[in-house]
Amino acid sequence: MKFTISFILTALLSFGFCLFMPWWTIAIAAFIVAVLIPQKPGKAFLTAFIALFILWGGLSFWISNNNDHILAHKVSQVILQMDNPYVLILATALVGALVGGFAALSGSYLRSSKQK
Amino acid sequence: MRIVPFIASAVISTGLIVALNTNLLLPAPLGKLLSPQHGVWQNAEPAATDYSANLKFDNLSGKVDVYLDDRLVPHIFAEQENDAYFVQGFLHAKFRLWQMELQVFAAGGRASEIVGEKALDHDREFRRLGMVFAAEIALQEMEKDPVIKSQCDAYTSGVNAFIETLTESSLPLEYKLIGYKPEKWSNLKTSLFLKYMSYDLAGGEDDFEMTNAKSFFNTEDFNKLFPALQDSLDPIIPKGTIFEPQKVFPVVPQIADSVYLNNRDVAFVQSSKPDRDNGSNNWAVSGSKTKSGAPILCNDPHLGLNLPSLWYEIQISVPAFNAYGVSFPGAPGVIIGYNDSCAFGFTNGGRDVRDYYEINFKDDNRQEYSFNGEWLKTKFRIDTIKIKGKPDFVDSVAYVKLGSDWCPVMYDKSFSGGRSTNNKYYAVRWKAHDASNELRIFNMLNHAKNYSDYSAAITNLHTPGQNCVFATKSGDIALRTQGEWPAKWKGQGDFVMPGTDSSFLWQGMIPQDEVPYQYNPERGFVSSANQKPVDDATYPYYLGRDYPEYRGFTINKRLIEMTAITPQDMMALQVDNFDAGAAMAKPFIVANMNEADLNAAEKKYFEILKSWNCRNDVGTTGATVFASFWKSFEETVYDDEYVNAPKHTMRPFFSSLLEEILKDSAYKFIDNVSTEQTETLADAVTTALKKATVELQKIDAAGNLNWDKNKATHINHLAKLAPFSRMNLPIGGGVRNINASKVDHGPSWRMVISLTAETEAYGVYPGGQSGNPGSKYYDSFVDDWAAGKYYSLWMMTKEQTGDKRILAKMSFSK
Repeated sequence: MKFTISFILTALLSFGFCLFMPWWTIAIAAFIVAVLIPQKPGKAFLTAFIALFILWGGLSFWISNNNDHILAHKVSQVILQMDNPYVLILATALVGALVGGFAALSGSYLRSSKQK
Repeated sequence: MRIVPFIASAVISTGLIVALNTNLLLPAPLGKLLSPQHGVWQNAEPAATDYSANLKFDNLSGKVDVYLDDRLVPHIFAEQENDAYFVQGFLHAKFRLWQMELQVFAAGGRASEIVGEKALDHDREFRRLGMVFAAEIALQEMEKDPVIKSQCDAYTSGVNAFIETLTESSLPLEYKLIGYKPEKWSNLKTSLFLKYMSYDLAGGEDDFEMTNAKSFFNTEDFNKLFPALQDSLDPIIPKGTIFEPQKVFPVVPQIADSVYLNNRDVAFVQSSKPDRDNGSNNWAVSGSKTKSGAPILCNDPHLGLNLPSLWYEIQISVPAFNAYGVSFPGAPGVIIGYNDSCAFGFTNGGRDVRDYYEINFKDDNRQEYSFNGEWLKTKFRIDTIKIKGKPDFVDSVAYVKLGSDWCPVMYDKSFSGGRSTNNKYYAVRWKAHDASNELRIFNMLNHAKNYSDYSAAITNLHTPGQNCVFATKSGDIALRTQGEWPAKWKGQGDFVMPGTDSSFLWQGMIPQDEVPYQYNPERGFVSSANQKPVDDATYPYYLGRDYPEYRGFTINKRLIEMTAITPQDMMALQVDNFDAGAAMAKPFIVANMNEADLNAAEKKYFEILKSWNCRNDVGTTGATVFASFWKSFEETVYDDEYVNAPKHTMRPFFSSLLEEILKDSAYKFIDNVSTEQTETLADAVTTALKKATVELQKIDAAGNLNWDKNKATHINHLAKLAPFSRMNLPIGGGVRNINASKVDHGPSWRMVISLTAETEAYGVYPGGQSGNPGSKYYDSFVDDWAAGKYYSLWMMTKEQTGDKRILAKMSFSK
């Protein structure tokens, strides 16, 4: 249950923050959720990791699909030196997931250190 | 205790964010770039984007409706004319902002700010040529004219209105990838853009290379290598035309022979140059030659091919006029196009209006220079060039007053194009430094109703001088070789000139009533293709040596023959791939080849050449063989003469070699001076084929013997990012073809306008309306352009707002 709520909250808060603030506020979102909803550090990491992986992966896939992958074909060659939209989408998802995961991990440790 | 792991994970998170937000660890800020809500994904335009919008701006005085059609061409309907220019500026920025700014940064010598130190030489070159100096002078002139000033002001505020809407996520893709942000637009930037066109079209010269050739060859040889007149020239204004009596009499300086024409000094300067094939075709046929009885006007300007394209298609409809055509992102108005009464187009005049003078400074401080026996004071312009990631570079450029004109000392001890060992001072006198108001022409042409409006409009054109073609619905056709041209004596400005007294300066401009033109000529057409404008024998002023003549030769020949012409015939002519130069050369190549000396491989290519129809069509192999053969032939004939020539010595033109051989098969240079025996034309032709075979076998082995494969025409992205470019386009044509599609240069806009009661108009350019590589409209015209197809141009009317071609409506109001 905590996992589901954390997962949804992290994704929603990240999306909401990014409407108005820089991309790295996803870290703040993941951090806050991890502080508010106590989970074991490993679980907190995984929750935010999956939430951001799905949010960023899903958003970029949705955008790219509507674009017939025109941009992803070109930009994947510029950034990744290979013509593969799906690898660019995967890279996007991983970047978001890693940042979210480590931020949540920090949040979880903070919460558990407070409890002591 | 969880404090240690907390600190550890907090440090990792922060480090991760810093790494992904900057270039410190990774080559690109991947987090910033890949964030779906901020980065590049935001530039992935949905295939079904709805461009409809309702926008309000205080700068507008009335209502403007813009209808975007299915090719994303905007049809602007404005109640107030200046509102239309505001919206044009807004749309240029919306679809082409990055390109607009990049062009202006390149023009003003600011490329180093974006790409770093590698652009420093370019920036110094452009600043030292006086690009900003010229743009400032032109801006003053433009702003003296209230009509043009308000037009530019409206345009600039439209561009800035768009820039103000930008957020991190809506920034154009290239800004995100390169990592910088757009500046505000200004009228000076529009002026700089126009000077960039002047550089491209009127910045060409070979003064240093010619100086070296002159110093190396004796006069007789020099004249054989660089003849002033081509036999096959069919000038723009036909031979036999009577000109106005001469009013300016340029005097050849008495010392010209000793210190100039026969001077043997070598000048080592090699600078970057505009493409020497910047050219174009235009023609208009009168109703007497067309099927409909109405004139047809055609134009295809040949320029460097880039993505985003130089051109942006547009319709501007205001109470005073209704015009359609292509515009320059960076400037207001329609540049090449038509309105409800007439059509207009341009080809480059191509005369030499950029000359160098050697300056004698008192000492290396450059504070004083000798002129007419006096020491005069220099002015300095201090340029601070910002360089990405490096300290600023400060360049001081001396300006000297030659006669009444301040000229930058472009080359000096600190700079000579980056490749020189020279320690002399050269000032540049460039016509583009003179005050003029080029936007006036387009403003007036957009409003033009008849021939006298056209004449009044284009006489404002000083630099870059253009052959301006014109036709009206009332049946007039005209072409004027317009420009403000220095009246030169024979040979003036071909070489670097002495700059120590006024005798070598330009002595005046050719009066406007002596500028050659044609108005409704008897032959029923006017045409230009950058060939020499007039016959030297009857025109009193010197026009220089180097003009491409073969496209003009073919066009005139065909137009003379054609009758009952349709727009479709004209489109076919624009994409014609016949090489008149090759057709003149082929007979002597075939007749002189020593076939007995050829091995099997050489025979194979000779057979291909023999059976070639002199057309550079897609799939032909003959054009590849001819190109390779001719290159070897030129080397065989001339290389021995050039062995000891100074670096950067001018090589003869294609036409020089061809025509000398057609006149004299015992052409002096055929003999190889490094051998004992005397080579004949047959020897040279055979040797050339043998040499070419080596290269052709390599081309063949790579599977590129077909002309289009060998040429591999491509359209580069302006930042040369390969994935944003279009490579290996299947298109024929070439340098001497009417379809002058070369490697990365060619017909940048093809247009055919039939001025029937309801105008029938066609056009295409190699690009797309959107400058966003993430849009399907980015390169949507390229394949059709390559295939020689045209779009029907739609002059929309206010009654057609329900037309199914309309994709979206944008409303602008106060």
